[in-house]
Order: sequence, then C-alpha cells, then structure tokens
Amino acid sequence: MDANKRTFYSIPYMLWIGLFVVAPILLVVYYSFFDLNGNFTFANYQNFFTPVYLMMTLSSFWYAFLITFFCLVIAYPAAYFITQSKFKQILLLLIILPSWVNLLLKAYAFLGIFSTYGAANSFLKTIGIGSKQILFTDFSFVFVSVYIFIPFMVLPIFNALDKLNPALVYASRDLGASSWMTFLKVIFPLTSSGVKAGVQAVFIPALSLFMITRLIAGNRVITLGTAIEQHFLVTQDWGMGATIAVFLILIMVIIMIVTGTRKKGVL
Amino acid sequence: MKSFWPRAYLAFVFLILYAPIFYLMFYSFNSGGTMSSFDGFTLDWYKELFSDTRLLIIVLNTIVIALLSAAISTIIGVIGALAIIYARKRIYQNTLLSLNNVLIVSPDVIIGASFLILFTIVGIKLGFTSVLLAHIAFSVPIVVIMVLPKLQEMSSSLIDAARDLGASRFDVLTKVILPYITPGIFAGFFMALTYSLDDFAVTFFVTGNGFTTLSVEIYSLARRGISLNINALSTLLFLFTIFLVIGYYFIQQRNEKPAAGVRK
Repeated sequence: MDANKRTFYSIPYMLWIGLFVVAPILLVVYYSFFDLNGNFTFANYQNFFTPVYLMMTLSSFWYAFLITFFCLVIAYPAAYFITQSKFKQILLLLIILPSWVNLLLKAYAFLGIFSTYGAANSFLKTIGIGSKQILFTDFSFVFVSVYIFIPFMVLPIFNALDKLNPALVYASRDLGASSWMTFLKVIFPLTSSGVKAGVQAVFIPALSLFMITRLIAGNRVITLGTAIEQHFLVTQDWGMGATIAVFLILIMVIIMIVTGTRKKGVL
Repeated sequence: MKSFWPRAYLAFVFLILYAPIFYLMFYSFNSGGTMSSFDGFTLDWYKELFSDTRLLIIVLNTIVIALLSAAISTIIGVIGALAIIYARKRIYQNTLLSLNNVLIVSPDVIIGASFLILFTIVGIKLGFTSVLLAHIAFSVPIVVIMVLPKLQEMSSSLIDAARDLGASRFDVLTKVILPYITPGIFAGFFMALTYSLDDFAVTFFVTGNGFTTLSVEIYSLARRGISLNINALSTLLFLFTIFLVIGYYFIQQRNEKPAAGVRK
C-alpha cells in the first residue's frame, strides 16, 4: 500500500523519462539503420567512415577546439580578476547578462558589424589595413562563437576560484613561490574542476550549433550540428542524420567521462 | 586589486560583450535602412513593428508556449524531484538523476532531431502541440535541478515532527514540504520560462510550416539579410531581458531568506 502510493504520484515524471529521454535516444539509434527508402542497412555507418564525413568530423572538432581554447584564454583571467574585485557579484551579473540575450540576435548583430561597410571594416580602414571580407569566413565563425560562449566559460571558473581558500595562496607566496609559480602549482590545479565544467559547457555546443554556421559562416563551415540539420530538414535523409547524431552522442559521452560528470551551469 | 591592468582587461572584455548589443540597439533608431551608416533619428521601425499583426501573433504564440510549458514542466519537475529524493535505493536515485540530466547536457540538435522522429512516429502533427510538448520536455530536468537542492537541505526531522503530530502524508506534502521548497519551485518555473522563450534549435526542428515562435522568426528574417525591424525588436527584447533578470534576482533574494531563517 505504502509503496504503491509512492510510485503512483511519480507516474507523470516516469512517463516523461520514458517518452522524452529514453525513447528519443532509442529512436535515433533505430533510424540510423535505415536508408532513404526505409530498408534496413548498415550503409549509413559505412558512409560515415568515408573521407567526406571523417573530414567534416575532424574540422568540426578543430573549430570546437579553437572556440573552447580562445574562450578559456579570455575567460580565465576575466574570472580571476572578477573574484579579486570588491564588486564581484555585480560584475558576474554583467558577464552573465549577455547570455540571456537571444543567441540569434547576437549573431545578427555581427551580420551588421562584419558587413562590408560595417563597424569592423571602418575600424580596419582607419588603422590603415583597409577593408576586408570578414563575414562568411572561418574567422567570423570562431569570433562570434567565442563571443557567445564566453559567459558559459566564465561562470564555472568563477565559482571554482571563488571557493578557493586564499590562505593557500598566501602560504604558497610565504614559502617563496613567485606569483607565476603560485598560479601554476596552486591556483590552476585547484580550479581545474571549474575549467573542466567550462570546457564541457562550451565544447559540446560548439560541435553542434548550426545556426551560427548558417548565419555567419555562410556554408563555409560545416559542423556535426549543421550536417544533422541538413540531413533532417533539407535532404530528408533521416537515416544518415541519425547516424551522425549517434556519433555526436558517443562523442558527448566520451567528453563527459573525460571531464567528469558535471552538470552544465544553469545560470 | 588596485592595479591598472586587471581593470583595463575587464573593461575590454565588457566592451567586447556589450558593444554588439548596443550596436544593434543604436541602429534601431536609424532612418537609413542599413546597419552601417547612421542617417538620422527615427522611431519608424518601432511603429512598423507594432503595426505588424503577423509578428504580434508570433510574440503571443511564444508567450503562450512559454507560460504553458513552464507551468506544466514545473508540476512534473516537482514530482520528479520528490521521486528522486524519496527513491529508496541509492542506485535507483543515481539512475533517475542521470536520466534526468540527459536532456540538460544533450546538444539542442540531438534533442530537436530525436523529438522530430518521436512526433512523426507517434503521429503528432507538427505545430503548436509538438512545440509545446518539446518545450515541456526540455524544461522538466531544469525544474528538477532547481528544486532538488531545496529538498536536500530540508531537515527530515521536520517531516518526522509533522507525522508525530498527526499529519497525514498529504498534509505533510502540502503543509510542510511544498511551502519549504516554494522558492526552488519559483526559480525552476522562472528558468523554464526563460529557456522556453530563448529556445531556437529544438523549436526549429519540431515546428511545422504553420506555427512559428519568435526565435524561429528572427532566424528566418536574419537569413534574408539586414532589416532594421529586427533591431527594434531586439531592443525591446533586451529591455524585457533586463526586466526578467531583475525578477530572477528578486526571487533568488527571497530564496536566501528562508534558508537563513531556518539556520537560526
């Protein structure tokens, strides 16, 4: 009786897990075994291991790596300086605020800034470099992605730095370590959990965002996400799209295991 | 930190973060049609925005979807958090929690594509229903994550005391547990609301031809190129966002107080 009551109230939640967590993953795997005409086949997996798809996966990784790397390089010092500030809560809020602005609007802003007569080109002209094609290049794709992901990198690193006991830093300095050594041997290792969480929050979406590549990079950059969207919504080849999705899920699981199972920072 | 360089660095980061947003807002007042040369001040784009009934309907759709999905996912999420906290075995609890987090860590394309397959197989017509279901689905785990810490910090002696004093199970739930976790519930509802308002990728997959939300509409407008309507729209959305953030921090403040009260 008691046990029955307990399981009874949780039915809506269990239904949700069954319908929207378990079933979709199984369906993606199931669909990856079918070709365009609905015949059972392994051809999608064979296709994935052809140079075309492998190159695409590799370049998708390369872009995601670049984006994550630049995010980390910019975000770590920013997070560090914020923790040192008297106004750290307000500064943190100011870092987070842009992440609440619709992602598409931010991408759209760069359509204007990077356009032929936009702000970036007029700046290049005034410093004497002259106008360049910026929009629809690899550079613009990486720049805009880094811009969008910076808050997601700053937040976990800030949380880790904020928890760091300052006595450890003082001890290290007292014992004769230079500030660089202190950073390398004390601060960075103790905040690596934040860095891992940040890398996770940036790398996986960077592999899969398709709207930025479409808007900013024209069709020059094709990520795994772009390929999935293309197969599902344009060419209607769901089998191939599902196959790429299976690999993306596998990659995601591997990254989660490598960087430790942490939740994505919800604000 | 009194030195100059950290401040300069932070100022630079903030400049990069905010310049594009203000750039957008600035050109929403441009009487010329471009985002590169400012010809003169005008409010025409805002007038055009407010006379565009199609767009207003889309805004209404977006708000209805957000409110409905946030409300329903909050109910399911609270049930889920209770189910996780009262799971008897540790393994069972961890399994539920892992399953819960799958949708939080999954990339949007995967969620969108798999839901598209799901809705097609089940036979749900793409449109309002499919978008609503998808939004409920990806908001539930967020609510659970927001409510769970509140349940975890609640002392079990509170429930024991209520039971000792003769409260039924239902009374314990409605008079002890729910009031205690109310701040978490509000925070969860609020996060679900913003996730729904902000979502593009999942909606893009499961919306049919007839139904559009604001994010999807912005995407299709932006793919056609620059039109200063979007700038005007983004200015209004930015102000609305600031309003929401203030609301969220207000809720968080209320979150702090009961916790402090209990610690006494």
